[in-house]
Amino acid sequence: MAEQFKLITKHLDEPGFSPDIECYLQHGGYAALRKAVASPSRELADGKKLSPQEVLREDVKASGLRGRGGAGFSAGLKWSFVDRRSGKPIYLICNADESEPGTFKDRQILHRDPHQLIEGMILSCWANDVKLAYIYIRGEMPEGARLLNVALKEARSKGFLGKNILGTGYDLEIHVHRGAGAYICGEETGLIESLEGKRAYPRIKPPYFPAILGLYMCPTIVNNVETLCHVTHIVNMGAAEYAKLGTPNNTGTRIVSLSGDINRPGYYEIEVGKVTLGQLIHDSNFGGGLKPGRSLKAIIPGGSSSKVLKAGEVFKLNRKGPDGQMSKIDVPMLDLPYDFDSLQQAGTMSGSSAVIVLDDSRSMVKTLGNLSEFYAHESCGQCTPCREGALWLAKATHRLTHGEGRKEDTAYLAHIAQNIQGRTICAFGEAAAWPVLSFVKKFKDEFDAQGAADEAARAKGAQPTHRPSPVGTLNPH
Amino acid sequence: MSFSVPSSLEAELDELTTHYPVKRSASLMFLHALQEHFGYISKEAMEWTASKLELQPINVFELVTFYPMFRQEPLGKTHIKVCRTLSCALQGSAELREQFCKRLGLDSQAHTAQTTPDGKFTVEFVECLASCGTAPVVLVNESLYQMVSPAAADEILRKGNLK
Repeated sequence: MAEQFKLITKHLDEPGFSPDIECYLQHGGYAALRKAVASPSRELADGKKLSPQEVLREDVKASGLRGRGGAGFSAGLKWSFVDRRSGKPIYLICNADESEPGTFKDRQILHRDPHQLIEGMILSCWANDVKLAYIYIRGEMPEGARLLNVALKEARSKGFLGKNILGTGYDLEIHVHRGAGAYICGEETGLIESLEGKRAYPRIKPPYFPAILGLYMCPTIVNNVETLCHVTHIVNMGAAEYAKLGTPNNTGTRIVSLSGDINRPGYYEIEVGKVTLGQLIHDSNFGGGLKPGRSLKAIIPGGSSSKVLKAGEVFKLNRKGPDGQMSKIDVPMLDLPYDFDSLQQAGTMSGSSAVIVLDDSRSMVKTLGNLSEFYAHESCGQCTPCREGALWLAKATHRLTHGEGRKEDTAYLAHIAQNIQGRTICAFGEAAAWPVLSFVKKFKDEFDAQGAADEAARAKGAQPTHRPSPVGTLNPH
Repeated sequence: MSFSVPSSLEAELDELTTHYPVKRSASLMFLHALQEHFGYISKEAMEWTASKLELQPINVFELVTFYPMFRQEPLGKTHIKVCRTLSCALQGSAELREQFCKRLGLDSQAHTAQTTPDGKFTVEFVECLASCGTAPVVLVNESLYQMVSPAAADEILRKGNLK
């Protein structure tokens, strides 16, 4: 049976484990920081010498760590893009604006083990010559912000933070910055604008790559909470050992947020790629299966922005055979290893590793209606295709869920979504379009039938329900 | 009524400003603090923030209108935010909001936040609160309530009535 592998979440649910620094120290906390700052420089084969900071940067690259926020980009590579010659200060921001629907993993770390994040941040700042860093936490987590402020104060009083950290001469300050309810702040350039005290309008790339022109037009690293926590474990275990966790190119562990129609919703940490989607849903160690008498209809595999998977789908995946040759093999949806690459090859993404399960009692039309309303509400309004398009999508799904559907709505939804994706400054355009495109493609019959049924009912004199948004119940139709 | 910020709060905000190399960055933290103190963000609060941070009032106003958490009028003493987004909706958050509205005599069909005439309660649908595993969730002022049953919802109202 598939098992959890608890690296980041090791102590979270232990009785008696508390967020204070004494408890963290008793559990081996800040040992990684002590180890890193005392580590020697490294001589390479070509005679080049790496400083201890450069060693950690190389180790994060060698560990294979990929960003846990959504894009899954190599953390070490992201760090290597930082412009270190500009003479400007380098900033680091922890993205704790967890708000992708379905995701609740960072919440656990922030509220129960804030020092694990802070240690990872201090290490990451030290490795990148950062003197000033911020934790951008979403506004709806006031308790998390309070706990972080207490934890930062504790870290300062123990000499892990502030001036002359652990006697090394290295200075670092970390501050907590609260967001105020806008999803777009999770997009890193939107987050930077927000931290500058402006509306969170994402910046266009090029030229505004954060590694070059980020916060205050200085080189900036933005990393997710979970990603930064992994740095602590990379130091503790060594890059090579860490890279043995998970699967090639999908190393380490990941916290999966499970929600929807399963018996045991919750967060589960796995070795990346060592557990399949089917195990996540059905195993008693994980989701524990569906409600009695229900069957699986669909899975949203990586947060609400990821493309939906339909029960029974089979995907062609690249796999290396015993002879070392790459070939395409058929993999049923539930056998997909939960990792970055497999889900990408299945035409979707593991995103923020949030799995939302839908059983056969659910209407896909109503489900999409709920999501489209989210994106219409959260579009920042900067780019016309997204500002207008997301609203049109929500209006069309609203029609379909309130007795006003039309036969042509399926095609209309796809048409609007296609005209949003690729035409916006940031990836929000794709985030709004992908659920729509995948829902109307994979569940076309359901959308067509709803439009036709509404038309037929109206022909017989039925009145639209005229329930204004927000939409009503999602329960069985 | 004249607008005045208590000196202790002002000192707190002055300290906060030192966290940033550019004063403007403190805007959101100012607005959070002022909203917490006054219950909402008035025109005067925006002007005060602007002058403290050496900005134009429009620079602050555009934040208040952009970020959903900021409000320009006072709300109920007990502010109930029901999560509307998918995982909570699947566990009945629409019904939960309807229950709150019905009990309080509010219009469950309305789009925006609604406040009872006695100023005790505000009920609002909000987007994902990042606690999907314990759906449906409700944020009451600063406390998160998880797996909220109809009985638990009534308990929230009972507590709010005591305030």
